[in-house]
Order: sequence, then C-alpha cells, then structure tokens
Amino acid sequence: MTVLNPLKPSERMKIPRQHSIEQEAADRVRNFSEVSFGVDEERALTEATRCLECKNAICIEGCPVGVDIRSFIQLMLQKDYAGAVNKIREANYLPAICGRVCPQEEQCEIVCTLGKKHKPVAIGKLERFVADYELEHNLFVPPVITEHREEKVAIVGSGPAGLTCAAELAKLGYRVTIFEALHAVGGVLRYGIPEFRLPRKILDLETDRIRALGVDIQTNFLVGRTATIDEFFDEWGFSAAFLGTGAGTPNFMGIPGESLTGVYSANEFLTRVNLMMANKFPDFDTPIRMGSHVAVIGGGNTAMDAVRTSKRLGAERALLIYRRSRAEMPARQEEIHHAEEEGIELLLLTNPTRILGDDKHSAVGIECQRMELGEPDESGRRKPVPIKGSEFLIPVQIVIEAVGQQPNPIIQATTSGLKTGKRGVVVTDEKQQTSRPGIFAGGDLARGGATVILAMRDGKVAAAAIHDYLTSRRSNLQDTAQPEKKAEEIAAK
Amino acid sequence: MFQIISKEDLASTISKFVIHAPLVARKRKAGNFVIVRVIESGERIPLTIVDSNPVEGTITLIVQAIGKTTKLLCTKKAGDHLLDVLGPLGNPTPIENHGAIACVGGGVGTAELYPITKALKDAGNVIYSIIGGRTKELVILEHQMRECSDEVFVTTDDGSYGQKGIVTDPLRLLLTQPHFGIKAVYAIGPLPMMKAVSNLTKEFGIKTLVSLNAIMVDGTGMCGGCRVTIGGKMKFACVDGPEFDAHQVDFDELILRNRSYVDFERLADERFTKELASTAQKVAS
Repeated sequence: MTVLNPLKPSERMKIPRQHSIEQEAADRVRNFSEVSFGVDEERALTEATRCLECKNAICIEGCPVGVDIRSFIQLMLQKDYAGAVNKIREANYLPAICGRVCPQEEQCEIVCTLGKKHKPVAIGKLERFVADYELEHNLFVPPVITEHREEKVAIVGSGPAGLTCAAELAKLGYRVTIFEALHAVGGVLRYGIPEFRLPRKILDLETDRIRALGVDIQTNFLVGRTATIDEFFDEWGFSAAFLGTGAGTPNFMGIPGESLTGVYSANEFLTRVNLMMANKFPDFDTPIRMGSHVAVIGGGNTAMDAVRTSKRLGAERALLIYRRSRAEMPARQEEIHHAEEEGIELLLLTNPTRILGDDKHSAVGIECQRMELGEPDESGRRKPVPIKGSEFLIPVQIVIEAVGQQPNPIIQATTSGLKTGKRGVVVTDEKQQTSRPGIFAGGDLARGGATVILAMRDGKVAAAAIHDYLTSRRSNLQDTAQPEKKAEEIAAK
Repeated sequence: MFQIISKEDLASTISKFVIHAPLVARKRKAGNFVIVRVIESGERIPLTIVDSNPVEGTITLIVQAIGKTTKLLCTKKAGDHLLDVLGPLGNPTPIENHGAIACVGGGVGTAELYPITKALKDAGNVIYSIIGGRTKELVILEHQMRECSDEVFVTTDDGSYGQKGIVTDPLRLLLTQPHFGIKAVYAIGPLPMMKAVSNLTKEFGIKTLVSLNAIMVDGTGMCGGCRVTIGGKMKFACVDGPEFDAHQVDFDELILRNRSYVDFERLADERFTKELASTAQKVAS
C-alpha cells in the first residue's frame, strides 16, 4: 500500500486525541437522545492521521473479533469510508453498534503503540464514524454470497451473539433462521441498552443488514416452549443450532422489602423503558413508576444505564449504591464519567440491608451500611466487609437492583443432553461446541455475564465451528450414501 | 400478525376470541398462557389459553374488558389481527386422578378453570364445580362446565342467579360432608376469592392449587415483575407458575403488588374511553 500519511511518526504523536461532540449534561438529562454525536469528518480524519500504522498492529490482537484496524484506518485516510466500513464488516458485522458500546479502552486501544507515551488512537470513535457515514449515505451493499448450502441452522436469540453467528453463517451460504422470544429484535441491545447509548434506529438499521443477507427472523417464538431444540432437529429439518439466549434472569439481593411496589430489577426497569417505551406513557400503554429519589444498587454498566435512565425519567436525586470502591466498579470509565456529569451521586463502600415501605406497600426508604475493603476474594477484588453499627437510612421511592443476571433456564430444561455448569451456564469447548453434537452456544448463556463484543466473538467462533461440523457431516453422509464407491476407493489404495 | 377467526360476546364485558396461532395451538396444554400485544404502542399482557385446536391451528382466549388494553382488545372483531402472541408459556397444570375434587371459578377465572376441569375430568376425577360471579351476567361457561363436571354449584353475590352468596359457601358444604370425599381443590378467580378458598381449605387440610395473575412484562422469566412469595421464597409467576400451592402463597402481598399501577391504569382507561367516544361521535356525524 502506498504511503497515505505524509506525517512522520513524531509529527503524528504531536496531534492531540480528538474528542467526540457530546450533548451538554444539563440538556441530555431531559431527553433520551444519544449522549455522544461522535466525531465529524474533519476530526475523524485528524484522528486517523494519528495512527502510526505499526507493522505488527497489535491493536488487531486486542480486538476480540480481530478487526483489521490498521487497514480500515488506511482506507479512511483515502476517504474511502465505504471501503473502511466493509473492511470492519469482514470481521464484525455490527460496526455502528460496536463503535458505540464496545469497551475499546480495555481492548484495541489499551494496546495501541501510541498509547504508551501519548493517548491511544480513538479507534472506537473512528469505527463509529465510518459506520454512521455508511448508514447516513446509504452506502451499504450486501456481500455477495457465492455458494448456497442446503443445511438449515437455527439461531436461538437475536442478541449480539445470535446476530453475529447468523450473519457469518448466511455469508457462508447457509439457510439461517433466528428465533426471538420478544416482539422486537436485538436481545439485550434492545431491552437492556438505553436509547441514549444506542439509538433504536441504529439497531434497526444494523438488523436490516442481517436480514439483507437472507436471514429469516421469527419474533414471538420462545424456543423451549413454542418449539424445542429437539423438535428443530427431528421435525423442522434443522441440521445445527446456536444458542445465544443470554443471561436474562435477574438476580435479587434477597434483602427484606424487595416485594414492595417501587422496587424493580434493572432488567424490568430497563425493559419497560427500552422495549416498551414506558417513558412515553400514556402515548404508549406500559407504565413505569418514578419517584423524586431513586437508588440503583450495583456497579456495572447495567446499573449505570438504570440510574441514568431514572434521571431522564425525572428523578431529582439519583443515587448509585455500590459495596466496593470506585476502582472495583465493573462499569466502563466513560459511563461512570457520563453519569457523574449528569448529576448521579455515587455512594461507594455502601451496601443495602433492607428496603422500607409504607402502609400502601410502596417503598419509602433504603437502609444501608458502610463497608470497608478486606482481603481479596476469589475474583481477585478486595472483599467488602460491613462496618458494625454503621447503618443509616436514605429516603427513596424507587429502588432498582442491578446485581447481576443468570441464564434463563428454559432452554437448558427443555433440551436433552445439554450439560450446564455453575448458575445454569451452558458448558462449551473453545469452539463453542456444547455437550451435544450440532448444538453450539455462546455469549452470556455460556459466559454468565460479559460484553457485547465477547458475545459477538462467540457467535463468530461458533459460526466457523458450525461450518466445520456441517462440512464434515456432509462428507460423512456422502460416504454412507455411496458405500460401494468408498469401498472401491479403499480397494484402489 | 395473528388473525382473529371468530369473536363471541359472553357478557357485555366478556368476549371469547378464537385466534389463529398454529404453533401455540400445537404445543398448548391446560394451564398455559400467552402474552399478547394488540397494537404497536400497546403493553404486553398475559392471558390464559382456554382451549386450542391443533388441527385448525387456533387457540381460544376469553377476555374481560376491565382496563385499556382489554377494552381495546374487546373492540377487535373477526378478521382483525393481534400484533403479537407469544406462547404457550408457564407450566402446564399437573393433571392427576385424585378421586373427587372441587373446581372453583370466580368471574372470568372460570374461563381459565374450564380447560383444567376438562383435563381433570378426562383423567378420571369426580368433579364438583363451583362457579360464581358478582351478578348473573358474569357467571360464564356454565354449559361447558356442566359438560365436564358431575355436579355444578352456581353462586352470585347479588342472588340474581343460582345461590346468593360467594363460592366458599358451597365449598364449605362440600368439605364438611365427608361423603363427597374431596381430595383436592383447584381455584381460579380474583385474588380475594382465591385467598378465601385457600383459608377455607387450609382448615380442612385439603391440597389446593391456585393460578396467580401477577403483572408481567415479558412472560419469559426476564423481568421479575411477576415475583410472588411462595412459602417465604421469591418465585416468578411466569416461569415457576402460574399455578402454586395455595397454602404457601402470600396473597396479601400479591394483592398489594397488583395495585402498583392503578393510577396509571385509570389514566390510560379514561384516555381510551374518551378516544372511543370521540371516534363514535365522528362516525355518527
């Protein structure tokens, strides 16, 4: 490739890292529009110029799906944005989503050579820029599928794992059907991630691109109830299945007062708003309770999404209660930063002990105790220990628990021979193969709780494994169909 | 989209729908429910499947128009479509031969009780059914219940039909007279009714099953909105139920939880009633 960047590395290092244009915090807490507008073309090109185009390009290794980052940035420098996004899409079929929700700071950007002495290239912002450019200018051309294969593959769940697996298999020419229990496509991208981080329009456009590959998506279909995996194989003519049903069952802390009105799981709270549009009640029929004081329990991205949503629904005081310190919070730094800008209060080293209600069974307060950090636990993080006698009361009308999820047990309970491990997680090998031949699994169902990009990685690995499985199955079937020919071949040898 | 094949009004506020939903019809068992969304801006509500015909690919739902969504649904006619129907959900009713049993239905709950009664009858039970309603019009499916019961008692709160009183009156009679030999009770209806039945059967130590109509969003175990306390433990009505051992259920808690959105429901209902009135006015003029 010709040298596109006339600047010397030392000159590139002098350019400051470009920032996204963002909605002012005071404005955005009053709407559900996207917080970040991304970078404009000028900033994107400036940022792309910072890339040192390293020969070993270790950023690519940092990406769980192996996007060829160096090449897409080089295409950007030629202003070939369609080429750049297609380069990304070779490895990652959902660039507009990943450009928004991926924790790049822990993946591609953390290993960026430039980051050793300066700030790393804002790879995520560049990804989003080219993906949005393509969407805005309607440049998408579906990849040409050269070979069509007879086998049907069932994908269970339309979240990031399922969508990615479906796209990869469709590109290989398989007949792919996605089964989704809800009435809308996207799984956690739909019901979990709020509009202000991932606009519905972006999700709809990205899923349209999956449909453009010939993938059939059946909504209102709960695998295990509407039909089982065993029936898919025995009656529906499917040759393989990928399970990507996520971790949809919410955990509760098990403290007194959880049955009170005004207490939600983060899943329910977010689903009411994100999927059912409860923020638009009464134009939409699903209601949601709100109060002037809201407490969200947890320190992950889901907790951040819930607390920031509550602010947008009109909470005057929105608190996040987390039992460890800031350093242990699993949420992305960017999300914590955005939350604080929006006036979210972080109550760290604090743990709820009970929720108090009034005579109408409505929550009116939460009792908490102070914690201190003790010895590291099995996760390697210092274990929070309660400080005796430190209980105190906070008045709140809404309590939202974001204390983790587990896989929904329906699929494991209704599929024969599927091995499960801790907390109902489906056991797979490194190729995402489950204990049953022909059935593969990935994403939170196999991990217990992870990120969008790791779910996509699993979907991609599984698609390759399904292709291998079906290819060898096909040749075995041909062998058994022509036993005489095979015997001749053996004899000839 | 799920087409309404036929609609029949059972009372001024209760309608019976036969809906084309072949995949649900194929798998449905007594006790299962579906989640229905009528329109794009609508909410998801659980409705018990009253009957199914796997050959025709249809399911039967009986709906009482009590809030916005059910009122909207009841304005739909044969040929119209429901946007979403998901199911069959929930665990089917355990159908065993107990010997003699009492099946108790209150109001539109009789619609949910009917398929279970039919299945229990087919399993060889002697069936004493009690169906009640506030007033005569709200006593539904009497004919169908008679077909699958050995004896049927009817009660109305106002005495406009059958015996004046509530369903626990004939039930107490059945339980106090040993020759009926009641071994189990199935009760479906409003929560206060199921609570009253449960309190009564507890006195006699008779095993009782109730079907809990908690507020749901997804119906697949994802939101936890339908959490109920059973024997002191948290359960999700959608995936752990909807039927539970009545004697373990914290009815008072569920009654309070089901009032979580009353103000919202009233607002939505009033708005919808106004909309209907203005549409009717437009049509008239």
